[in-house]
Amino acid sequence: MTSQAWLQLLIFAGVLTALAKPLGEFMARMYEGKPCGLDRVLGWLERGIYRIAGIDPTREMGWKGYAAAMLLFSGMGLGFLYALLRLQGSLPLNPQGLGDVSPDLAFNTATSFVSNTNWQSYSGETTMSYLSQMLGLTVQNFVSAATGMAVLAALIRGIVRRNAQTIGNFWADLTRSTVYILLPLSFVLALLLVSQGAVQNFSTYETATLLQPTKDADGKDVAEQTIAMGPAASQVAIKQLGTNGGGFFNVNAAHPLENPTPLSNFLQMLAILLIPAALCITFGSMVRDRRQGWAIYAAMMVIFLPLTIGVITAEQSGVPAAAALGIDQQASELQAGGHMEGKEVRFGIANSAIWSAATTAASNGSVNSMHDSYTPLGGLVPMWLMQLGEVVFGGVGSGLYGMLMFVIVAVFIAGLMVGRTPEYLGKKIEAYEMKMASLVILVPCVVVLVGTAIAVMGPGIEFVDPTSGETKSTLNNPGAHGFSEVLYAYTSAGNNNGSAFAGLNANTFFNNTALGLAMLASRFLLMVPVLAIAGSLARKKFTPPGDGTLPTHTPLFVVLLVGAVLLVGALTFVPSLTLGPIAEHLQMIGK
Amino acid sequence: MKDYLRPAIVVFLALTIVTGIAYPMLVTACAQAFFRNEANGSFIRAGDKIVGSELIGQPFDRTDLFWSRPSATGPHPYNAAASTGSNLGPTNPDWLKAVGERVEAIKKAHPDRTGPVPADLVTASASGLDPHITPAAARYQAKRVADARGKSEQSVLELIDRHVQGRTFGVLGEPRVNVLKLNLALDIK
Repeated sequence: MTSQAWLQLLIFAGVLTALAKPLGEFMARMYEGKPCGLDRVLGWLERGIYRIAGIDPTREMGWKGYAAAMLLFSGMGLGFLYALLRLQGSLPLNPQGLGDVSPDLAFNTATSFVSNTNWQSYSGETTMSYLSQMLGLTVQNFVSAATGMAVLAALIRGIVRRNAQTIGNFWADLTRSTVYILLPLSFVLALLLVSQGAVQNFSTYETATLLQPTKDADGKDVAEQTIAMGPAASQVAIKQLGTNGGGFFNVNAAHPLENPTPLSNFLQMLAILLIPAALCITFGSMVRDRRQGWAIYAAMMVIFLPLTIGVITAEQSGVPAAAALGIDQQASELQAGGHMEGKEVRFGIANSAIWSAATTAASNGSVNSMHDSYTPLGGLVPMWLMQLGEVVFGGVGSGLYGMLMFVIVAVFIAGLMVGRTPEYLGKKIEAYEMKMASLVILVPCVVVLVGTAIAVMGPGIEFVDPTSGETKSTLNNPGAHGFSEVLYAYTSAGNNNGSAFAGLNANTFFNNTALGLAMLASRFLLMVPVLAIAGSLARKKFTPPGDGTLPTHTPLFVVLLVGAVLLVGALTFVPSLTLGPIAEHLQMIGK
Repeated sequence: MKDYLRPAIVVFLALTIVTGIAYPMLVTACAQAFFRNEANGSFIRAGDKIVGSELIGQPFDRTDLFWSRPSATGPHPYNAAASTGSNLGPTNPDWLKAVGERVEAIKKAHPDRTGPVPADLVTASASGLDPHITPAAARYQAKRVADARGKSEQSVLELIDRHVQGRTFGVLGEPRVNVLKLNLALDIK
C-alpha cells in the first residue's frame, strides 16, 4: 500500500467520523419530535403532508400497526413503479423514445428499488426514460431509504421505552426522514456534484464530432460521438445518501458524467457511509448513553478498515500473468500502477478500492470501478462485506437495526457464558427476541446460498436468446470466476446491496425473477421481525443494571460483537468463497 | 388497515411530487443558473460545433496523436451512449490474450521504448469513456508523437507537463492527463 493510499484512507475515515457526530445528534432530536432547526424552514412541507393525508403525527402505532403501514406503503410503491416501467413508452419525458420495460425486468427493477437494493439488470441510458428515472426510481431512492430509517427509529424507541404499547407513527417517521434529512442533504450534494461536472439537464443526447474518426465492429466509419445526457446529479446525490446505489448510467459512478473528478468521488464516498455512520450516534443519543453508539461505530470501523486495506493491497499487487506480458504495474509518481483493468485513471487503485469496500460495507452498491475485473482477493472482500449481512454501516436504518440483532446475539452468548439472563440497555433479552434476531440474521444467508445453488444448477447460468433461439451462457468469465459472478449476484440481491460482478447477464427471466424474490425476502422478512422485537422490548419493564450485567460500551464488548458478526459470516460463507475467489486466487498465483 | 389506506396513498403521492418532480426540477434550475457549462456536459466547442466533452474520452490511433486507453464499449470504442467496462476477470484467458496483443501493438509502435508498458495504456477502463491517461502513459508516447510531427521530444514532454492535472488539494485522486485536450493543444501549437 502506498503512502498516498494510506493518506486518502485516513482522511476519508477522519472526515466521516467528524461529520457523523453532528448529523447523528441532529437526527436524534428529529426522531424524538423535538425542534431540529430545519423545521423552521421546511416545517410547512411536513405539516402540509399531514394535513392533506389526515395524519395526526402524535397518534402512535403498536408494532403490528407500524408494520402494516410500512408494508402497505412499500407495496403501493412496488405496484406504482411496476406500472410506470411497463408503460413508459407511451408516457412523456422520453426524448430518446425508449420502449416499455419487459414484465420480468420491470418486476426485478421495481422490487430492487422498493427494497433499497437498486440492483440493475438493465443499462440506464438505453432502457429508462427520464420520467421513469425521476418519478419512479428517484422517488423510491428517497422513500425506501426513509422506510429503513423509520424502522430503525421504531426499534430504538422500543429499546428506550418502558411498559409501552406503541413504537411511533410510521407516517411521521417516513415524512420527517425524507423532508429533514434526505432532501436537504441531497440538494446540497447534487449541486456540489454539478459544480464538478455531473450533468443535470433534460436535453436529448448530444452529438460531438470526433477529433479522429474511428471504425465500429463492422468496419464502418464512425465520425460522431453520441453523448448520453439527463438529470443525473439529482439522482446520484440521493442514490449515495440513501444507500441505494442505482446508477443513472450503465457504469454507475465510473461514468465521467456521474462522477467527474476526485473531489466528486470523495464527496460521494462520504455520502455512501454518512447516514449509516451518523445513525450510530443517533442511537447513542436516543438511548441516553452516547458510549453505546460509539461502541457500535467502533465495531463497524474495526471490521471496515482492515478489509479496505485488504482490497487496496490486493489491487495494488496486480496480476502476475499480466506483469509477465510486459505491463508496468509498479506504483510511481507518474502512475498508480496495480491492476487497472476496469478502473478509471482519475481514481487509480486507492479510490477504486476504498469505494468498493465502502459501497459493499454500506448496502449501497454503486461502483466507480468494475468489481468483476478485480483480482480474486480484491473481489472477495466486497462479496464478504455483503455476506456479513450488511451490518458494517449497512443500509440507512437497515444497517444499524441489523447490527442491533447481532448485539442481541452477542449479549445472549455472553449471558450463556456466565449463566445469567442476558440484558441490553436495561431490557431482558428472552427467547422471543432471540428467535426474531436469529431469523433476521439467517434469512439472508439462506437466500444467498439456496439462490446461488439453484442458479448454478442451470437456470441462472444459461438462457435462450429470444432472437436466435440458441441457448447461451449468462456468464462472462469461465471457471471459478464464473461461479463468483453468480455468487456475487445472489449475495448482492440477498443482502439488498445492488452492486454486481457486472459481466453476468442477469436480465434473463430466471435471474430477474429469482433475484427479485431474493431482494423482497431480504428486505421485508427482516423488517417485520425487527419491528416485532421493537414491540416486545417496548412492553418490557426496565431492569436496572446489576453487578453481573455485561457493560455494552467497553472494548471487550466491541470485540465480542465483532466476533459474533465475523463468526456467522465466516462459518456460513467460507465454503462457497472457497469455490469462487479463493480457488481463482490459487489459480492466478499457481503458474 | 382501512385507516391506513388514505395516509398511504396521499403520503406516497405527496412524496412522489416532492422528490420525483419538485426536487429534480429545483436542482436542474439551480444547476442551469449557476453551473451552466458543467450541467450540460462540459463541452469543448469550435465555433458552433461540439468537438467533444472535457469529461468524455475519444479513441485515437494516428501516430501524431496521443492514444487513449482501450475501451470496451460497442459497437465502436468510446461510445458515450452505451457505457461499459470489459468485466473480464484477471484469470480469463481472453483477457490475457487481449492484453498481450495490446502490449505487442504498443511496443511495435514505440520501438525505442524498451521498458514495460504503463498498465493503463493496455487495460480497458471501467466506463469505456475514461478521458484520462496517466502521466507515465503520456510520456511513454512522447517520442512517437514528436517524431510524427517533426518536433523535439523535449517540446512534447513540456506540453505533457503543462497538461498534467495533479491530485485535488494535493491528496485526492491520482495525477492524470486529459487526452483530448492534449491532442487539441498539439494541433494548435
